[in-house]
Amino acid sequence: MRLELREITKRFPGVLANDRISISVDKGQVLGLLGENGAGKTTLMNILSGLYKPDSGEILVDDQPRVFSDPHAAIAAGVGMVHQHFMLVPVFDVVEAVALGAETVRGPLHTFDRAAARRRIVELSERYKLNVNPDLKIETLPVGVRQRVEILKALYRQSDILVLDEPSAVLTPSETEELFGIIRSLAASGTTVIFITHKLNEVIEVADKIVVLRRGRVAGTADPKTATRQELANLMVGRDVELIVPKGPAKPGDVVLNIKDLVVRDDRLELAVKSVDLDVRAGEILAIAGVQGNGQTELVEAITGLRTIDSGEITIGGRHVEKATPRQVSDLGVAHIPEDRGRDGLIAFMSVAENYILDTYHRQPYSRRGVFDLKAVDERATQGVRDFDIRTPSIRTLVTALSGGNQQKVVVAREFSVPVQLVIAAQPTRGLDVGSIEYIHRRIVEQRDAGAAIVIVSTELDEVLAVGDRIAVMFDGRIVGILSGDDATLENLGLLMGGAKFGEGTAA
Amino acid sequence: MKSLRSLLRRAIVPSLAVVTALLLGAVVIILTDFENLSRIGTDPLGAIGAAVGGVFNGYGAMLTGAFGDPERIRLAFENPSDRTIATAIRPITETLVAATPLIFVGLAVAISFRTGMFNIGGDGQLIVGALGATIVGVGLQTSGLPSLVILVIAIAASVVFGGLWGFIPGFLKARTGAHEVITTIMLNYIGAQVVLFALLGPALRAPGSSQPISKNMSAWVDVPSIISLPAIRLDYGFVAAMVMAAAVSLLLFRTTKGYELRAAGFNMTAARYAGMSAGGSMMLGMTLSGGLAGMGGGFLVIGATGQLTNDLSGGIGFNAIALALLAGLRPSGVVAAGLLFGALTTGGKVMGIQSGIPFDLLFFIMAMVIMFVAAPGLIRSIWRVRVPKPAPEVASVAPTAPAEPV
Ligand SMILES: Nc1ncnc2c1ncn2[C@@H]1O[C@H](COP(=O)(O)OP(=O)(O)OP(=O)(O)O)[C@@H](O)[C@H]1O
Ligand SMILES: [Mg+2]
Repeated sequence: MRLELREITKRFPGVLANDRISISVDKGQVLGLLGENGAGKTTLMNILSGLYKPDSGEILVDDQPRVFSDPHAAIAAGVGMVHQHFMLVPVFDVVEAVALGAETVRGPLHTFDRAAARRRIVELSERYKLNVNPDLKIETLPVGVRQRVEILKALYRQSDILVLDEPSAVLTPSETEELFGIIRSLAASGTTVIFITHKLNEVIEVADKIVVLRRGRVAGTADPKTATRQELANLMVGRDVELIVPKGPAKPGDVVLNIKDLVVRDDRLELAVKSVDLDVRAGEILAIAGVQGNGQTELVEAITGLRTIDSGEITIGGRHVEKATPRQVSDLGVAHIPEDRGRDGLIAFMSVAENYILDTYHRQPYSRRGVFDLKAVDERATQGVRDFDIRTPSIRTLVTALSGGNQQKVVVAREFSVPVQLVIAAQPTRGLDVGSIEYIHRRIVEQRDAGAAIVIVSTELDEVLAVGDRIAVMFDGRIVGILSGDDATLENLGLLMGGAKFGEGTAA
Repeated sequence: MKSLRSLLRRAIVPSLAVVTALLLGAVVIILTDFENLSRIGTDPLGAIGAAVGGVFNGYGAMLTGAFGDPERIRLAFENPSDRTIATAIRPITETLVAATPLIFVGLAVAISFRTGMFNIGGDGQLIVGALGATIVGVGLQTSGLPSLVILVIAIAASVVFGGLWGFIPGFLKARTGAHEVITTIMLNYIGAQVVLFALLGPALRAPGSSQPISKNMSAWVDVPSIISLPAIRLDYGFVAAMVMAAAVSLLLFRTTKGYELRAAGFNMTAARYAGMSAGGSMMLGMTLSGGLAGMGGGFLVIGATGQLTNDLSGGIGFNAIALALLAGLRPSGVVAAGLLFGALTTGGKVMGIQSGIPFDLLFFIMAMVIMFVAAPGLIRSIWRVRVPKPAPEVASVAPTAPAEPV
């Protein structure tokens, strides 16, 4: 179906999130929607899917004006949305989660016809190669699979317009390729797709048309056939952006993080980290590449004191931390940017300022003998918001009201707000726009040059190649290779990462 | 100025909830006024008028019962004497007396809920706290210590006993994952039985009584009155409740411990990642909560009643849950809501006596208040209020966008 948004305006307290935005997409077209963090992409899509009411403006489906007063109305009109922050019920299995609210019913009592629902899900999953096991519980699934469950959910509702809000942020390169395959076959069968991303090469690859938003307005459009990444980046941010942050050669000093023969189990008590040895020196950036779920999460948790280890040694600055608590590790001067910011790094219903001090609140200058110095908190938080260009109406705003990328900036700003000897950053730029990535990479390089040892865990090869002085590849709980940044290429990293077929083990 | 405005904004929904509940209460009064309704066929106007008059009578009695009778206040001004002043201010002081334990336990509930612990055990913690105070009070009968010293020790004991009663479920949750709703409810029963057991033994029981009632301690220990006039019961327990409200507010919003409690309450994993001890917060939150409820019990038994009975709490623990939610879990809100509930109960009793409208109507009104607070959407749509938002500041500095579809 053809979709047109006309002059959509939406205001939040203190923010004009959408300012007379007009966009149109034709049937079977893929629209790539770009824009910096807080530009208003999610807001616009939430209006399209009936979650928010626009203050003014019109939605036209096949040239007919439509009013979506609630999500049901939008779904009925064929709009399906895969949200940036997933909205699945964790204790449901895939069939229940997908069918929820659109159950096929049977018999006089209208009991849920699970078998029928399951059949359709299996059929959809096969047709679009989604590779989802319908009987697993949502909470046991890796993010990449949850994502595909979300897509299934939209397909199950026979959406003619599918909105994907940063679907690739949490995906591996091969999963992203698979997703593009899905998008293309959907478009070929007449589905209109709106695809939001911060990854410029992705829009260039998959979109038929690109619209860039900036600060609530349409900043411009581009043709994916002719547009370059640099052009798009500059259009998004409104200035010249450096896609690869320049950095001098590393000057490695003493070993800060030393890991010997480390063995760690995951939540199901299976071996996740199988004998890892690693040295990270002051003044260097070690990037750990690898497909999600190869033990990186457990490795990071073991280093930061969040997970008990099976055996092995970990020292930070010469101190043994095998049995240390997270607080003890952090007090050694270790910054930790957790992988899942919403769950682990932020408290959604606390303010930006309160989140800014989440793991340093007990130190000077924030508190003295257990009593807060609220002025100091406010000053530092204001400083952090300014330094990291966090788009928020105020430091009193609840973090939940910030855009996804700005939430991540709160975490990074906080972790870099104190001097550290070791930085452990898991997916530090996930969901960030190119301008912010540039900024965060700069700050990471700065930390390195100031003498910190840096470990970056990333599934993003571009990121790994851009910042890593050395690149370790993790596969199946082991470090299968360490390359110097200069020797690493997309190809040889890809080979190392794919010790087995990509995507394997994500669905079964 | 700004904080005043945000205070008013927060008060809109609860205030309208109270008004709506009172209006619904009026409808119930009219619909159950069978005497007048039976005349509706013969004399509709008169019947309706009389029924509405009944509402005004009843609510009027409630108001004077809770805040004072203008006539008596006038008398007290014209002819000031201990007796006239006492009758004039008695209703409002009774309201404060009724509010005191509600505020204590309301604060207890607020602090535990803020920690993410659903403490349903206010009743048990209150009565076990009261037991602690009674043991000290009775035990020090012949000690010859001044009343004030005994009072301080007794209140301390009530805090310790109540705190222990709150600590147990906190500990069980932190160590074993036992759900606090279940354990606190069980501890309510156990607490009541423990108190009954203690009261049946000879040590505490009032001499010559076969009932589970403790000795009356008012001869040697009492909470000092704020106003010493005949028949005025208001004592410093109320002041203590105010002080505790301020203390809880400071603790929650000005100290690192309070921050840890709130962080754990909102998001346990993030708190853990930030190096806080989630189990520690559970235990601390529950202990503080129990201590506050226990202190309420201590002031109740030493001040208002002078002796312990096993039905001392009278359901305060449950009303306090409603109250804390009405208060949005804010200490200042707890004080306001405590005063409201106190006024409703004291006024309601007077209404029951003077106008024949059953006291139980109050439970209906309170229940409605809670329901409306729990469903603010209902209030907004009934009253068509939009909770006002701060003035929008335009964040947009980008050049004008093309207005055509692109
Ligand atoms: N529910 C809300 N309440 C208040 N402000 C909001 C709300 N949702 C979004 N905003 C604000 O509106 C602006 C646009 O946010 P939006 O989530 O649409 O950005 P986005 O383009 O999706 O960014 P990102 O790429 O970071 O996800 C932001 O400044 C954000 O703080
Ligand atoms: Mg977004």
